[in-house]
Amino acid sequence: MPKFLKEFFNRNGTGMGLAILGLVLFWTIGLIILPQLSMLDFSFRPNLPPPEIGGPKDVYTLENYKYLIYGPEGGSQDYNSVDLRVFFRTLLAAVCVTIFNLIICYPIAYYLGQSKGSHIRIFAIMLIIPYWINEILRAFALRIIFGETGVLNTLFMGLGIWDTPFDFIRNDIALYAGLGYAYILLMIFPIYNVIESLDHNQIEAARDLGAPWWRIHWRVVIPYAKPGISSGCTMVFMLSAGALAAPQILGGPSSLWFTQLIYQQFNDNNDWPQGAAYAIVLLVTCILFVLAVMRLFKVNMGDIGK
Amino acid sequence: MSAGVGVDLENLWIRFGDFVAVRDANVNINGGDFFSFLGPSGCGKTTILRAVSGFLDPSEGKVLIGGNDMRGIGPNKRPTALIFQNLALFPLMKVWENITFSMEIKGASASQRRKRADELLDMIALPGQGDKLPSELSGGQRQRVAIARALCAEPDVLLLDEPLSALDLKLRQHMRTELREIQQRVGITFIYITHDQGEALTMSDNIAVMRAGVIDQIADGKTIYNDPNTAFAASFVGENNVFRGKIKQIMGTEALIATNRSGDLVARISSANQGKMKEGDEAMMFIRPEAFAIAAEGASGNHFVTARVNHEEFEGNVFNIFTEGEGGKEIKVSIPNHGQSFQDHTGQNITLEYETHNAVLVPAGELAAE
Repeated sequence: MPKFLKEFFNRNGTGMGLAILGLVLFWTIGLIILPQLSMLDFSFRPNLPPPEIGGPKDVYTLENYKYLIYGPEGGSQDYNSVDLRVFFRTLLAAVCVTIFNLIICYPIAYYLGQSKGSHIRIFAIMLIIPYWINEILRAFALRIIFGETGVLNTLFMGLGIWDTPFDFIRNDIALYAGLGYAYILLMIFPIYNVIESLDHNQIEAARDLGAPWWRIHWRVVIPYAKPGISSGCTMVFMLSAGALAAPQILGGPSSLWFTQLIYQQFNDNNDWPQGAAYAIVLLVTCILFVLAVMRLFKVNMGDIGK
Repeated sequence: MSAGVGVDLENLWIRFGDFVAVRDANVNINGGDFFSFLGPSGCGKTTILRAVSGFLDPSEGKVLIGGNDMRGIGPNKRPTALIFQNLALFPLMKVWENITFSMEIKGASASQRRKRADELLDMIALPGQGDKLPSELSGGQRQRVAIARALCAEPDVLLLDEPLSALDLKLRQHMRTELREIQQRVGITFIYITHDQGEALTMSDNIAVMRAGVIDQIADGKTIYNDPNTAFAASFVGENNVFRGKIKQIMGTEALIATNRSGDLVARISSANQGKMKEGDEAMMFIRPEAFAIAAEGASGNHFVTARVNHEEFEGNVFNIFTEGEGGKEIKVSIPNHGQSFQDHTGQNITLEYETHNAVLVPAGELAAE
């Protein structure tokens, strides 16, 4: 038995240790790894009607992956440019949402983390309570705000800033706002957690040594907050790239999110293998992208857990 | 000593809401001085330091550095550098980057900074340690890095907020000497905040004794120890025996006090209070433990006190005798150890003698908490 397991059992007792270990294994293996493996398995099989499953045609194939790149066989184009465009646009948009979120959330997290007093708790509650409302309702609320006859258009037209309603939805502004808003807590709290533990004397010391405010952030606060920033960015990126409700409700008619394609494959086309292949491609690409960015900014995997 | 940049506080008041942290402070600190603010925690000494460094604005009055009013000038623009109580080294920067942070801000090249860091590391006796992280150094080494970081900014005034309080006793004593040496070498003004009278006395040219936002006395260490202005200064700095009473008769610079429990005793009126005290005033007389000597038995007069010895202890450099005078008045006596044979007095009655100039009289006032 490895040492850490022995220590674990010594600390918790055999019965409790087994119970905890069992639950954790059930959670990771039963609820995460096995379903994902079956998805992986699906993604390499042809879409067959039920009677043919297990029959001679049920063999492993790369068809589903080829479809994402080349499109239907005998199609008019060399590449599946529609789906590929959606795929890359989704990734790019998720990156933009993440950066946009970071820019908004870092000052909030810094303020919450470094100021003292009971008003901080009130601010935190005000940030949390809107999340009691479910995601779909929140998305529709944003639709009301951004719609053609919505709050914003009424306001700006009333003020005479523009005459014809501006289509926030067709221009994807509603979508970005919705995605950004959906995950701000996941960005604020990891950064807040780290910045809260930053000794305020360090900021004062930097200031005393002549540093202007932006330099203090650049050299003292941001390096210290890096684990929190990377943790927040990773979550926001992953979740935006995999979001479904916000693009469905707030996306313009012409802008599909890659998750919507996956959803269509599963639901509308009833093509689970194809959907699974798309989902796997999205998952693997996102993981590789996050790992590459972590490498670039010299972040360790352990930091993400902070 | 080179003529450094002086610091003046003029009618300085600092309030936090209704709370007065500093009350009408007037201090002139000479350029190149090692000046200490000495007082118990919460007396407002750190508040004064923050006002000098620019982290808070005075409610009233002025802070002048080199004769220039500092109002409206932020901490990053003042010719001061502050050493924090917890040092506040940047944990993610290497030692040399920490030291030269102020140069980095001014845009100095890495090679210039590296060179300066090496010079300063030599000065603080940590050569070749520049590439370590602060967490890899010992407490005393970190202390010195913090000093080097502050000195690298080439301040006119170095402000130190109890920087030795986190160190153990031996290191603290060693750093006292070292700080004083560094100050003499660089010749700039040091303003030092401490609640440790030993630190203040050993390092400072001048000391301000503070109590609850008020500066009781500003003088050099010897004067504060031997000639305190107030009951607080007398009881806070060093050990002291206090005798309360009323002034019976004033005789020039001396006075006869009718003490509450120890009879009539004679004392010297402290310099600042001469001419201000009159017969019938409530007063306090202070005699240091080491100012007593054991007199011949039966001696009497107004500079003798009789007492019964409760117990004795040997502290190395002194023998401490804890006695009880008339009416249960506790008196501590310290007899220096010259290697003499020392007889145990426990349970005996002894007569203590002091010289008049060692008994200092001040108006009755608040004593320092034990």
